[in-house]
Amino acid sequence: MLITQLKSKETITSLVNGKKIFIINCQGCKEVHFPEKEAAEFQKELAADGKVTGTITTDYICNPENMKLRLEKHMSEIKAADLVLVFSCGVGVQTIAEYLEDKTVCAACDSCRLPGFQGVTPLEYDCGQCGECYLNLTGGICPITACSKSLLNGQCGGAKNGKCEVDPNMECGWERIYRRLEKIGRLDALKSPVQIRNYATDDEV
Amino acid sequence: MKITELFERGEFVVSAEVGPPKGIHIEHLLEEAKTYLKGVTAVNVTDNQSSVMRLGSLATCKALKDEGLLPIYQLTCRDRNRIALQSDLLSAAMLGIDNVLALTGDHIKLGDHKGAKPVFDLDSVSLLHTICKLEAGEDLGGNKLVGEPPKFAKGAVVSPCSDSVDSQLAKMERKVRAGAEYFQTQAVYEPEKFIEFMEKAKQFGKPVQLGIVILKSAGMAKFMNDNVAGIHVPQDMIDELKADKEKAKAGITGVEIAARIIKECKPYCQGLHIMALGWESKVPSLLEQAGI
Ligand code: SF4
Ligand code: SF4
Repeated sequence: MLITQLKSKETITSLVNGKKIFIINCQGCKEVHFPEKEAAEFQKELAADGKVTGTITTDYICNPENMKLRLEKHMSEIKAADLVLVFSCGVGVQTIAEYLEDKTVCAACDSCRLPGFQGVTPLEYDCGQCGECYLNLTGGICPITACSKSLLNGQCGGAKNGKCEVDPNMECGWERIYRRLEKIGRLDALKSPVQIRNYATDDEV
Repeated sequence: MKITELFERGEFVVSAEVGPPKGIHIEHLLEEAKTYLKGVTAVNVTDNQSSVMRLGSLATCKALKDEGLLPIYQLTCRDRNRIALQSDLLSAAMLGIDNVLALTGDHIKLGDHKGAKPVFDLDSVSLLHTICKLEAGEDLGGNKLVGEPPKFAKGAVVSPCSDSVDSQLAKMERKVRAGAEYFQTQAVYEPEKFIEFMEKAKQFGKPVQLGIVILKSAGMAKFMNDNVAGIHVPQDMIDELKADKEKAKAGITGVEIAARIIKECKPYCQGLHIMALGWESKVPSLLEQAGI
């Protein structure tokens, strides 16, 4: 089981920073505790600023087929937005970021681990429930699970022909992140301050 | 002495790398270093290179220093968490070892203890950041150090001929911002690529030492092409090694090739870093042929 928490208001506001946004909520999944009330209140504030092009609330966006069907109906609203803000666990954000590959897709939540049964996360996306979602610095590709060393500050020197030094059948996660950031014009994300993981989060939840 | 002082003086700084043995006898290593690395300013000591367990880098650095050599302490994030890394940095400073090369480290899977836990609590960038914090008198937990803080010359690595060179440059920039003062490169066999890379890396204003590995055979070159990240030995060099097997075996061809690469790249870099991989004895003739 995992728990998603809203990132701090300041963090989200600085991401949004006056941009036009499209909001996606993923709710209803049995394995994830989602902060529905706080999210709704915060989204009201965002809407009051008049920059929200549309909102959908759905379940299981981590299922790509399901997600595509839901998103397609809203494509014009999504296109009109500068940024897609996703309120879901890390897997949901990654699924959407991959599908909307030219859009900046941002995570509004952090995913933390809760003891107990771990939901079966589907398909190729994986969230390590690290407690502080880094997807906004990495173009929606999880550095914790897509990089063999879970590096947070960029590619190591081990990639060859785009493949990871650990496994020639695995794409280097940071190579993917670089390409994605290049595509969405967000290479400046690589200049973010030094990131150091906080392993204490588990206890604080 | 800090290697950065030499760069500041505008010297072309030559360093070479030694790997500690899997055991406690380092007489041979010290003897080789004293005999063959005389013309070299500083000696890098690898830290369980390729994730193969060996004698410690720090202890070897101290032994080299006692012999009058200038060691560079390579420190990787693979085997130690932030507490152990900081503690080892303080130990180094206490022993008078003030040149550190900060590395992420190879993955455990590449080594001889495949079941070990890969740590990577920090990475090369956050390790550089940590060193800066210690230098400012505070640890990563925000606690004050007692007494005078340590001071290091902080080095890092970069892979100029990598097929992901843009991503490598971005990482280099991050290392500079985190405190890297000079760079050593992965082995270079394509001077054009290196020169092109240096054109872009110039903006960071940090000295770069050209990485050199002496080719021992055509087989080694092919192996590196297939397996080692950031290395591509062009076919004409492989042919050159193949042409006269005896000459290659004696190291003559490898040294000739390396000397050519050095001459071509020298105007574009601030130093040289030789990874002899057991061929320390070839270093003097290489330096001579390269005109250093
Ligand atoms: S960075 Fe990765 S592991 Fe951490 S919360 Fe986001 S998706 Fe999950
Ligand atoms: S090669 Fe890429 S995926 Fe593999 S450890 Fe290095 S940065 Fe991570």
